[in-house]
Amino acid sequence: MRKTMTSVLAGIGLVLACGTSVYAQEKELTIFWAEWDPANYLQELGNEYEKETGVKITVETTPWPDFQTKAFTEFNAHGDAYDMVVGDSQWLGAGSTGGHYVDLTDFFNKHKVGEVMAPATVKYYAEYPGGSSKYWAIPLEGDAVGWSYRKDWFEDPKEKEAFKAKYGYDLDVPKDFKALRDIAEFFYRPDQKRYGIAIYTDNSYDAMAMGFENALFSFGGELGDYKTYKVDGFINSDKAIAALDAYKELYKFTPPGWAKSFFVEDNQAITENLAAMSMNYFAFFPSLINEASNPNAKNTGFFANPAGPGGDQFAALGGQGISIVSYSQKQEEATKFLEWFIKDETQKKWAALGGYTCSAAVLKSPEFQNATPYNKAFYETMFKVKDFWAVPEYAELLQQLNQRVYPYMIGGEGTAKETLDALAADWNATFKKYGRGQ
Amino acid sequence: MATTMITTLDRSSRAAARGLSDISIRNLFIIPTILFLIVFNIFPLIYSLGYSFTDFRASTSAAANFVGLQNYRDLLGDPYVWSNFAITAKYVIISVAGQLLVGFGVAMLLNRDIPLKGLLTTLLLLPMMLSMAVVGLFWKLLYDPSFGIINYALGLGTFEWLSDPKMALYAVALTDIWMWSPFVMLLSLAGLSAVPKHLYEAAAIDRAGPFYTFFRITLPLVAPILMIAVIFRTMEAFKTFDLAYILTSQPTAELISIRLYKMAFQEWQTGRSCALAYIVLIMVLAITNIYVKYLNKVKER
Repeated sequence: MRKTMTSVLAGIGLVLACGTSVYAQEKELTIFWAEWDPANYLQELGNEYEKETGVKITVETTPWPDFQTKAFTEFNAHGDAYDMVVGDSQWLGAGSTGGHYVDLTDFFNKHKVGEVMAPATVKYYAEYPGGSSKYWAIPLEGDAVGWSYRKDWFEDPKEKEAFKAKYGYDLDVPKDFKALRDIAEFFYRPDQKRYGIAIYTDNSYDAMAMGFENALFSFGGELGDYKTYKVDGFINSDKAIAALDAYKELYKFTPPGWAKSFFVEDNQAITENLAAMSMNYFAFFPSLINEASNPNAKNTGFFANPAGPGGDQFAALGGQGISIVSYSQKQEEATKFLEWFIKDETQKKWAALGGYTCSAAVLKSPEFQNATPYNKAFYETMFKVKDFWAVPEYAELLQQLNQRVYPYMIGGEGTAKETLDALAADWNATFKKYGRGQ
Repeated sequence: MATTMITTLDRSSRAAARGLSDISIRNLFIIPTILFLIVFNIFPLIYSLGYSFTDFRASTSAAANFVGLQNYRDLLGDPYVWSNFAITAKYVIISVAGQLLVGFGVAMLLNRDIPLKGLLTTLLLLPMMLSMAVVGLFWKLLYDPSFGIINYALGLGTFEWLSDPKMALYAVALTDIWMWSPFVMLLSLAGLSAVPKHLYEAAAIDRAGPFYTFFRITLPLVAPILMIAVIFRTMEAFKTFDLAYILTSQPTAELISIRLYKMAFQEWQTGRSCALAYIVLIMVLAITNIYVKYLNKVKER
């Protein structure tokens, strides 16, 4: 008797368990992103959405180095594990032409997303091919490369005096690349275990490209013509050559062993008292004003990427848009989430949680700009950003850039002109292989 | 025919007592294993051979086009791929030679009556029981120029083991030697202890010197087992990925497996990476075959 009872109970339990899980599945959306703080903020925003609508949002994450590989493995297998993905801006080409992303052009036009979000974010996070008015993502996390610096080192009267005596002008936040270089040289003191500057050098994904782009764009150089795919005379122009030399010059003033550094190392340069200035994505700045993760939090300041010799001032774009995965079974539910996400009040909440909103209205509001020490620099940067190629073969282009630029930067092989001429030839061959432009 | 080849069970054996015949062993264990191998090894192997002749990219929905030998031609004409092969060859030579030297040397030291020999051997085996990724991560810390213990212990200041383009490959090889010398040591120890004692006694009676004894008795008798160690280590070193990938991103230390990974899973050039994988496979097979031939020769002696 007892046995029968137990099995009956177990059976009921099983039915209930199955029932609830089926129910839960219908009312659940999974978003895939990389493992970092903004993903946690998005999860918190998702919890708000669940409170309002009852639809559970799960943000699934994986470490950055695997993010691209894991996402595309799932796409290539036409898997429906993720309903939405917060993909890198370079993925737009592969995501759209590969049929992995749902076309959001109608959604864009219906909700006038182009007017809600800052223009650069629409151009680089959503549109593919460039200028086609076809949209594949909603700008979610705005990001660009900015700089953090040690306010206490900069404001020390003794340092100020010594700097003025050596360079003839006041030590202050660098306005151009020359000042950036001078300050880096000034603080480079290996005997005191203090170094001038921390930059990106890692050649495994896009770190090296992002760092170099910061110099390239501010020097008035370009990667190429995004419409015709012409690269000769762009990536190997005199401006580009000068930019590469300027970036290589900065490498001289980095801490020892700085040949594979990306966002983790660059934040460490500030927290571990290694460098006076450090390049990083804005997305990694929240941990620098947190005393728990940065003992120098009170003494850390921020500035936008400085101008080049011609006065141009741009920055390399990071950041991501959110796309609906075309293999998802819950595309309608996902669209509803995006409708909620682009609302002004949601964008305000998103910014308050720590997300870098792309909403033009929120960015321009004084309340956003004064919320943190770096928001103002972020706002300034987001209206002057440029990005890497977004074609489906972007990874090959990145690899070629790493292959050419890294040995020159780190190993000192060849000259800047040889390096960039060779890179132009590589890119030409790649574009030719895929039948682009020309 | 097949059934006649299967021998009948000895009635008194344990298998017979438990009622397991050779046929049921075949059905239970061998057939599933072979099926598993076919599905997960042989089939993908052949399937990828097909892909290697196409311009297939797993990341797009575009159909794969047959391009003949184009991928192989491009790869074999690519100076970067050749430099990856040269780097890999250098790595294999340094790493296997180092392991052989250290492993065999330690085995010689251990091949005598010393107290706590068992414990000592076990402790020496620890490195090879660790995961490659873990070893890579903590050696990265050991090598760190600012706070790494290696520079501190050797008084090298801020010597850049992993960021120096000339040093990076040696640093990776050094880690590999640390990790896998115990493996060579273990095999050598087995070989050394199998050398009959009376040979040494005879040599001692004949007043043979230590070098003569080593080169005429020890080495020839241990050689076959040493060759097996070399085959294993060469194959493994040739396909080293995790250790090198974690430790350094220097192009001067980019092994062929890292190139292959980037091509396949970062650039999604599926067709071309299949071709490269085949080139690597053929090379490993060729090298292994040379070794095996040599091993057989050594055994005959």
